[in-house]
Amino acid sequence: MKLSFLRVALLSLSLAPAAGFAARAWILPSQTIVARSGGWVTFDAANSDDLFSFNQGAMQVDALSVTGGDGAAVAPQNLAKGKTRSSFDLDLRASGTYRVAVAGDVVMARWEEDGKPKRWRGAPTEVAANIPANAAKLEVEQMQRRVETFVTVGTPTEVKGVGTGLELVPARHPNDLYAGEPARFRFLLDGKPAKDLAVEIIAGGTRYRDAPAALELKTDADGMVTITWPAPGLYWLDAEIQDEKATVPGVKKRTAGYNATLEVLPQ
Amino acid sequence: MSRKSRILLAALWYAGAAGAADLTLNVEIPNLPVAEYHRPYVAVWVEDGSQTIAANLAVWYQLRGDHTKWLPDLRQWWRRGGRDVKVPVDGLTGATRPVGQHILKFDAAAEPLAKLKPGKYELVVEAVREVGGREALRIPFEWPIKATARGSAQGKTELGAVALTLNP
Repeated sequence: MKLSFLRVALLSLSLAPAAGFAARAWILPSQTIVARSGGWVTFDAANSDDLFSFNQGAMQVDALSVTGGDGAAVAPQNLAKGKTRSSFDLDLRASGTYRVAVAGDVVMARWEEDGKPKRWRGAPTEVAANIPANAAKLEVEQMQRRVETFVTVGTPTEVKGVGTGLELVPARHPNDLYAGEPARFRFLLDGKPAKDLAVEIIAGGTRYRDAPAALELKTDADGMVTITWPAPGLYWLDAEIQDEKATVPGVKKRTAGYNATLEVLPQ
Repeated sequence: MSRKSRILLAALWYAGAAGAADLTLNVEIPNLPVAEYHRPYVAVWVEDGSQTIAANLAVWYQLRGDHTKWLPDLRQWWRRGGRDVKVPVDGLTGATRPVGQHILKFDAAAEPLAKLKPGKYELVVEAVREVGGREALRIPFEWPIKATARGSAQGKTELGAVALTLNP
């Protein structure tokens, strides 16, 4: 099940951005700040270029992972997959910050066998069993991707790093963002600062304006960017890196991507 | 006697009644010509330079039923520390108040003001109304109270006049 998501999502998101048929991946929460008594929060997950209008394709959420401030997993309820979006509800009761993420790590390979093209996609642990050691014209690449958002019930808790792939470790809490105030975010790749990383931030409601009006930022030597939010609203954050530092034995090429949906409130 | 002078007299009485230093606040909830009116949620607090709550003075919300879910709509109060408050709290939280003048008085030597360190502060009043808007007013003051001091702010939408009096 996980692989079927990865095939679709990683193919469409990571392989094809230059070709122009990639869709932006996002998980949209119905609210990001919840009172101490907790409550139900509903999420839409979709791949669509219009932010945040689900008018292209549903995001597969088989690899969905929800963890609370105490690290405990929360099971999604009323999970539904539609044509243009997936949706689910979370019953969030305990105080703290919840990370709602769809993350994947997959290896894609192409080679020739007896003059015929062969393809394989699968988990990094299954590479050895599926790609012949002496495969001719082998092209192999690792694709890591994380799409996430954050919701806080009552008192926020620290958002800790995961340590794999490309990720955001916020210095300013992701549920404490206000228009006109700078927020500092650190990006990590394999748990280490991702320097000189291009980070793009686009406000929601792209359908209602002519220009994307993206904020283009670059991380410093510590992997930090400072974002001063121009206006309240929902924002989509995008970062991607391509390198030769795949974490799978026998693989060099790697693409690591990160997307987050963030809400910025008025003063 | 006009309503204003009654209020003034009441404020004077409050101000003069106690021997100890106090902080007195007059908060006006305005009469709004709207079809659907709900009493606003209101938070009153003292903020220091670090933008955190130095003292929570009052939080008014709908007590009947579970309506604490709307407390985060008091957006500035919530982020500055309201989110850490487990309501209800004796002497802090109470029911929403009707349109009119509301006088709040706090003994400078008692909680929650007693713990304030000397310095510059802001008194903040924030109001948010269901199907209405939100407004926050700030009045700067210095602590401790050395002489009688007054400050005021005028709301435009969700709040009317707010007057602060510090009596030594």
